[in-house]
Amino acid sequence: MSILEIENLECRHGLLIAVRGIGFTVNEGEILALVGANGAGKTTLMRTIAGAHRPAAGRISFDGKDVTALKAHKRVGLGIALVPEGRRLFTGMTVEENLKVAGAHGRKGDWTLDKVLEAFPQLKPKLKARAGDLSGGQQQATAIGRALMTNPRLLLLDEVSLGLSPLAVDQVYNSLSGLMRGGTTIIIVEQDLSRALAVSTRIICMLEGGIALEGPAAALDREQITAAYFGLNRGQKELA
Amino acid sequence: MTTDAILKATGLTKRFGALAVLTDVDFLIAPGEAIGIVGPNGAGKTTLLNVLSGAYTVSAGQVAFLGQDVTALGAADRCRRGIARSHQIPRPFGGMTVFENLHVAASIGGDLTGAAANRRCIDSLELCGMLRVANRRAETLGLLDRKRLEMARALATGPQVLLLDEIGGGLTDAEAAELVVAIRAINAQGVAIVWIEHIVHVLLQVITRLVCMDAGKILAEGDPAAVMSDPAVIDAYLGPGSHSSVAA
Repeated sequence: MSILEIENLECRHGLLIAVRGIGFTVNEGEILALVGANGAGKTTLMRTIAGAHRPAAGRISFDGKDVTALKAHKRVGLGIALVPEGRRLFTGMTVEENLKVAGAHGRKGDWTLDKVLEAFPQLKPKLKARAGDLSGGQQQATAIGRALMTNPRLLLLDEVSLGLSPLAVDQVYNSLSGLMRGGTTIIIVEQDLSRALAVSTRIICMLEGGIALEGPAAALDREQITAAYFGLNRGQKELA
Repeated sequence: MTTDAILKATGLTKRFGALAVLTDVDFLIAPGEAIGIVGPNGAGKTTLLNVLSGAYTVSAGQVAFLGQDVTALGAADRCRRGIARSHQIPRPFGGMTVFENLHVAASIGGDLTGAAANRRCIDSLELCGMLRVANRRAETLGLLDRKRLEMARALATGPQVLLLDEIGGGLTDAEAAELVVAIRAINAQGVAIVWIEHIVHVLLQVITRLVCMDAGKILAEGDPAAVMSDPAVIDAYLGPGSHSSVAA
């Protein structure tokens, strides 16, 4: 059963069209990986689903309800949470405050402060630390924890491994693995293709604001994805 | 190619505080050559262009143009010598027409006056397919025309090397195809092109040599198809091990 439906979505930044009339659905419990080069439109798409960017055209439905015009905080209330690229923590507040602020404004559900700390044990000794003073990995854990505190039904993870050490990336993904096994619906933007293929059930490769390739992760090979990523097949066709 | 190089950069290093964005980069451009530069986000591509154009000073290394050391020259002086660039985000002179935008470039960047400056502007506009909007105010242009204006204005300075920074970003397929035609025409007139672009399939329609950067260094360079199938290049974009089945 689909939880998210995107129809003919177009997003602009001034004169620039970042997302060009795309459409897809996400089923409940699915883990969808969005891959694509810089400027492909991934982050704009994630922000638009979360309500942080107003689309120029198209429709977004969540759980059967049209949320296209709904503001971001209202979407949080319905169960859409974004972990933004660059984390965007409240850096002057403590880890605990970051988590509790989210908890106070989200849905009611199973995710509590204790459960987040269980999922991200590295945050336990840092609860009273300023979020701005944390390492990159700890900040990312806080950002994901903050999103979880809203008890999302759809979790949007934008470049969670960006700028982290390999060890910190492993830690973040280890913590996410429980979440992924637990049936939470997730859309993840991930530059590391091996990682994206390993964690996702479906892949969408974006190119210049459109969808260049889409399919079950198990059915796509790296050669197909690489060609779609760089638009090489299309370039060859155009050259012919 | 070494002896023929029109622009030769040696040992370029650029640091911002403790962060080294370029490390010991060597880069050569032959007259009339068309080179593409690709690489993941943060690879140092735009910084390389800034260092070549003189927008940034180098922390170490040397830039020579037509056999002369231009390392200490700023962007304006390098432009007058024949190195011009366009910016990733178009920066037209607002409040001026398209023609006036080019006239600034032809007179200040190209040291031309009167009829010669006018002729240069008209030729540049024609080459970039912009004559029809010559009298439009620059700020009223759409994205494709703004990008063309970036290119035409750089061209009006009379460059021997044209540095293009992600000029294809945000364009539709049809618009990108028009841009390719214009860049090919410029290159056919003997202007060397160095083009940073994320849209690889568009880039490959113009360039004859491809450079891939990663983490401030040149990771691979040479025949475009060979570079794009280089396992190290694929790994740089898509993570370690991503090349395995591609290389197989």
